[in-house]
Amino acid sequence: MTGPHFRRGMRIGIPYAIASGLLAVSFGVLAEPVIGGVAAIVMSAIVFAGSAQFAAVAVLAAGGGPAAAIVAGLLLNARYAPMGIALAPSLRGGPLKRAAIGQAMIDFSWAAASRGGGRFDAPFMLGATAPSYPAWVGGTVLGVLAGDVIGDPDALGLDALFPAFFLCLLVEGELRSGLPLVVAALGCVVALALIPLTPAGVPVIAAAAAALLGLRRGAEA
Amino acid sequence: MSEAWVTILALTVGTAIIRASGPVLLGGRDLPARLQGVIALLAPALLAALVAVQTFGASEGGEYEIDARVVGVGAAAVALRFGGKTLSVVAIAAAATALARLM
Repeated sequence: MTGPHFRRGMRIGIPYAIASGLLAVSFGVLAEPVIGGVAAIVMSAIVFAGSAQFAAVAVLAAGGGPAAAIVAGLLLNARYAPMGIALAPSLRGGPLKRAAIGQAMIDFSWAAASRGGGRFDAPFMLGATAPSYPAWVGGTVLGVLAGDVIGDPDALGLDALFPAFFLCLLVEGELRSGLPLVVAALGCVVALALIPLTPAGVPVIAAAAAALLGLRRGAEA
Repeated sequence: MSEAWVTILALTVGTAIIRASGPVLLGGRDLPARLQGVIALLAPALLAALVAVQTFGASEGGEYEIDARVVGVGAAAVALRFGGKTLSVVAIAAAATALARLM
């Protein structure tokens, strides 16, 4: 579990864990008055999914009730289904071990572990997630206990950091031949078109359907 | 149980099931070639969608939000075009966004 791939993943993961930790501070600050400090920290520790946590707390803060908050959060996390399907062929071991590895999926580490052509480096992904977990939980604790010590993370441009990172991985890792380029362009168009029409989370899941263009290539292979 | 804890527990269980589903159902065995062809293209589709949504979407969803992030991700694209390495490209994106917000 701590082989060279895991360690390389960890090294890559540290700068992004710092960014996640800063976002977690703002989550702690926002969530504490809505659900309470203990609940905010427990949520970060056992849900461990930033956008879903922000979305669910925002719904509760607006008086939307738990059912709407759960739906909002799960819609955002539904992208882990296609992400997990993409990861699945690269996993070894029994179903319990595979389920456990799936729990370590976060956008950043999943994307960083992609090797193009549908292959993933699972130990690398575990390593890349490893620094983010204590950073996410620790940042939440800091936000709950110390309050707004960092200020608005958007002032640091953190909200551009992750899309820029995904753009790098897309361009450097995935777009080696024509079909992935077409699929990426289609996924982008689908997601953009659905942003104003659907709740948060749906545009990304719907964009996964662009991968169905691979049916053609599969038939040719 | 309070509304907050109901939400947290349901999200925890639901998210864990979603994260486990692909690896449990499709991992550890050989898949048909057609399915493999689709799975191999999920990463570019999802990455492109994440870039689009996180650059042009409002954080709470449901509408576009064009702000300083667009400048940052645009700067990242230019840096990538000129051969920038990932960490420097990402730093440029954050710096350009922060700068655009100051102005």
